Amino acid sequence: MPTVKKMMYVNRRAPHGTGYALEGLEVVLIGTAFEQEVCMAFIGDGVYQIMQGQDTRAAGMKNFSPTYKALGDYDVTRLYVEQESLSERGLSVDDLMPLTYEDEDDDWAEKPSVQVIVRKELSQIMAAQDVLFNF
Amino acid sequence: MLHTVNKSPYCSDSLRLCISYAGKDDAVLLIEDGVYAAMCGGNSEAILQGAEVALYALWPDLQARGISEDKLVDGLKVVGYDGFVELAAKHSKVQSWL
Amino acid sequence: MKFSVMVNEGPYNHQASDSAYHFTKAVLQAGHEVFRVFFYHDGVNNGTRLTTPPQDDRNVVARWSELAVEHKVDLVVCVAAAQRRGIADADEAKRNGKNADNIAEGFRISGLGQLIEAGIVSDRLVEFGD
Repeated sequence: MPTVKKMMYVNRRAPHGTGYALEGLEVVLIGTAFEQEVCMAFIGDGVYQIMQGQDTRAAGMKNFSPTYKALGDYDVTRLYVEQESLSERGLSVDDLMPLTYEDEDDDWAEKPSVQVIVRKELSQIMAAQDVLFNF
Repeated sequence: MLHTVNKSPYCSDSLRLCISYAGKDDAVLLIEDGVYAAMCGGNSEAILQGAEVALYALWPDLQARGISEDKLVDGLKVVGYDGFVELAAKHSKVQSWL
Repeated sequence: MKFSVMVNEGPYNHQASDSAYHFTKAVLQAGHEVFRVFFYHDGVNNGTRLTTPPQDDRNVVARWSELAVEHKVDLVVCVAAAQRRGIADADEAKRNGKNADNIAEGFRISGLGQLIEAGIVSDRLVEFGD
């Protein structure tokens, strides 16, 4: 058994209608303490989780969308967004939050965490994981 | 990789997504309401027809829903929970398309 | 082989808990080890001993408890999800100033790290939910 496992958090649900996204994000944050090789995938309605401009004040619910911005600080630096899911929903990468991380191997240069990739490529990355968590 | 689908293909895109993500060495196991996709004659049959993966359905869930063996799509294998465990053990990981 | 199971839905409304239970039993019957069953999201509702189903129906909670007692299966309820939904053991109740606890036999309340650990330590993690 490898001491470090490849883990993917697969997010397929919209953020506010159900609690899966919020509680899924909590798993990702706690998981950072275990120093595994982690990435996140946003597929289907999951892409709505990182849409810009979420404001839950009038809905009277917790706005956890700013938490995604903190992921880079916790070394969660690979957020794969499925191109097909964006296109089907009439979205482009500009509709998503500009999530970034500082690359310690590149003089702490600020780099985008979000990578929009096509399904075929994402399925290959998924196949290369050791553990998959679905939220 | 073993994929599980637990939603009816008529209320969710889980099966369609699962099939498009599954590689040729993968297996797909239909459980819970996912087993409705195992019935022949429905529109969902087209989703399975293009699939190159090994296809399974859980018989306790088929039985619970009144789906007899003669109503199943061609090429689908029926397994119990023991078979579910075997499939999970045989494949390196399990992806649940919840 | 070492298995862990994750249960994301409560009893009776979704089949997830039933499926997870039958799968866990089959894992044990096949001679594999169950490292942990982790209850998350509404799945924490599987851990209340106050469940009182009608007599002609299965007792989902009691079934899990029996599995824990008979096979020493580690049933872990996520503390954060449990607090939101009112599932507490004596310690949790005291800490949060509540006058009652409701955790069922064989379940314990712990942190999300237990889920990550299960993912790392187990050969397979199988998730059941909606």
